[in-house]
Amino acid sequence: MTPPSDPAAEAVGCTGLIYSFGDTRAVDGLELSVRAGEVFGLLGPNGAGKTTAIRAITTLLPVPAGMVRVFGQDVARDRMAVRRLLGYVPQQLSADSGLTGRENVALFARVFDVPRAERAERVAQALEAVDLADAADRMAATYSGGMVRRLELAQALVSAPRLLILDEPTIGLDPIARTGVWDRITEIRTATGMTVLVTTHYMDEADQYCDRVGLMHQGRIRALGTPAELKAQLPADGGTATPPTLEDVFRHFAGSRLDKPAGEDFRDVRRTRRTASRVG
Amino acid sequence: MSDAPAAPPRVSAEPRPAAEPRLLFTAPPVRPGWRQAPARVGAMCVVELQKLRHDRTELYTRAVQPALWLLIFGETFTRIRAIPTGGIPYLDYLAPGIIAQSAMFIAIFYGIMIIWERDSGVLTKLLVTPTPRAALVTGKAFAAGVKSVIQAVVVIVIAALLGVGLTWNPLRLLGVAAVVVLGSAFFSCLSMTIAGVVLTRDRLMGIGQAITMPLFFGSNALYPVAVMPGWLRAISRINPLSYQVDALRGLLLGVHAHLAADFGVLALAAALGIVSASALLGRLAR
Ligand SMILES: Nc1ncnc2c1ncn2[C@@H]1O[C@H](COP(=O)(O)OP(=O)(O)OP(=O)(O)O)[C@@H](O)[C@H]1O
Ligand SMILES: [Mg+2]
Repeated sequence: MTPPSDPAAEAVGCTGLIYSFGDTRAVDGLELSVRAGEVFGLLGPNGAGKTTAIRAITTLLPVPAGMVRVFGQDVARDRMAVRRLLGYVPQQLSADSGLTGRENVALFARVFDVPRAERAERVAQALEAVDLADAADRMAATYSGGMVRRLELAQALVSAPRLLILDEPTIGLDPIARTGVWDRITEIRTATGMTVLVTTHYMDEADQYCDRVGLMHQGRIRALGTPAELKAQLPADGGTATPPTLEDVFRHFAGSRLDKPAGEDFRDVRRTRRTASRVG
Repeated sequence: MSDAPAAPPRVSAEPRPAAEPRLLFTAPPVRPGWRQAPARVGAMCVVELQKLRHDRTELYTRAVQPALWLLIFGETFTRIRAIPTGGIPYLDYLAPGIIAQSAMFIAIFYGIMIIWERDSGVLTKLLVTPTPRAALVTGKAFAAGVKSVIQAVVVIVIAALLGVGLTWNPLRLLGVAAVVVLGSAFFSCLSMTIAGVVLTRDRLMGIGQAITMPLFFGSNALYPVAVMPGWLRAISRINPLSYQVDALRGLLLGVHAHLAADFGVLALAAALGIVSASALLGRLAR
């Protein structure tokens, strides 16, 4: 995989991205190149560093210049320009519970400089695109988890971002809502050529909707390619007739910790629990 | 007055096909740089007013404490005549102090609010919009000001009902609003600055409580600086609340005040607060 020569054809580029929280090296020399217009899935086990990488790309974490670019703009140098291109749905469910759904979206329209003349209409279209038109004037505090997720998607879409970054967008959604979210994303993407960078733990989603996936483990990409390529790469699993799934690929590349004997794992859990109760 | 037939039909006039969110296909135009900051501040104030409109309980509950101060403390000390007020009834003397106090209590809460917004993920998302940290902080500071002005109106009405002779000169009242906004901007930024240092709600609540009382009693809100011991007088001199109260007394009661100095100190304090709070805001996102 050679990186594209035209910098504008690269939506996200990370070169040697490193980020540590204290002694924890969360992202450890990440090399990533997301092409403009594709849906790129970042997969990996819990703690792989996906969220940390995304927070570096979204300008939330201070990274040195030269490590991360969004459409050719350096995240460390041109923060404002980068943020203008982004729509971001964080892993944590978050909507202002003291406002209605419509007001939540209108705030994002305002801070993205949507002219007053088209603000109401644009907000309405964003709400409609995520099927929240009927609930738009209810307080966000009364929304279900899935509704909050769709509201967040509307907030991210209202500014027509060139790069939509979704950190586990479909977590906690029922199968119909999940399909709904993906259908909306696909719809807007075909109309605008928007790039999507998404993390998910649902392998079926990654398989179905992502043009390419990168498998991240311990702060680095361990495997990269289209879902079909990755599945084809996998060494044939002794004798079984079923073709490998993306989940098999995931286990193959990310399973190193899970390979430990069960007893050891259990001790790990107990140790973590003790630490947790001491901290909490 | 016939419309040109060639004009394309307005989007809003047509029943829009649900599957065609056309406006979402194009990015909004970039506002010229100099208009962005005021727009962001406006957006934050709008949000504050929307929240107040949905839930007015805070307005009512926050009116209780100043009412009690005026009613109990004010009425009692008016009778005792223990405090030299320069010839005006103590209740009149106290009212501007209580306006400043209640505005400060509202503003000090903003640090806790910004930590709450961080914990709930709302702040994180705002930090990924094209909003400079300073604009976000200024927006919050003005939002605190808007809320405090509403609170000040409530206190002024209560005071008027208790017979305090306040000015109704609109220019002076405008000055009162400006003083309240500047004071709230400073105290909300002070609180957001501390939030950016301590980072957790529990620690901030402790510190918030530990500083509000000294700020209040170490000011001229309840008694003139002249009756204070020397060390407290020194504190009062560097306490922006004293300048806020001085200006409010001058504007509302027409007593002698140092309006120019008061406005200068408050504006400088607010500016310093905005600078320090926005420098530390990023820490909350990590
Ligand atoms: N704010 C933080 N402070 C300290 N350590 C952190 C912080 N955020 C993340 N980490 C650590 O960094 C590592 C990577 O975390 P990250 O959240 O990026 O993983 P992830 O791939 O998003 O996991 P998940 O799938 O569970 O969301 C983990 O070891 C985690 O404990
Ligand atoms: Mg994560």
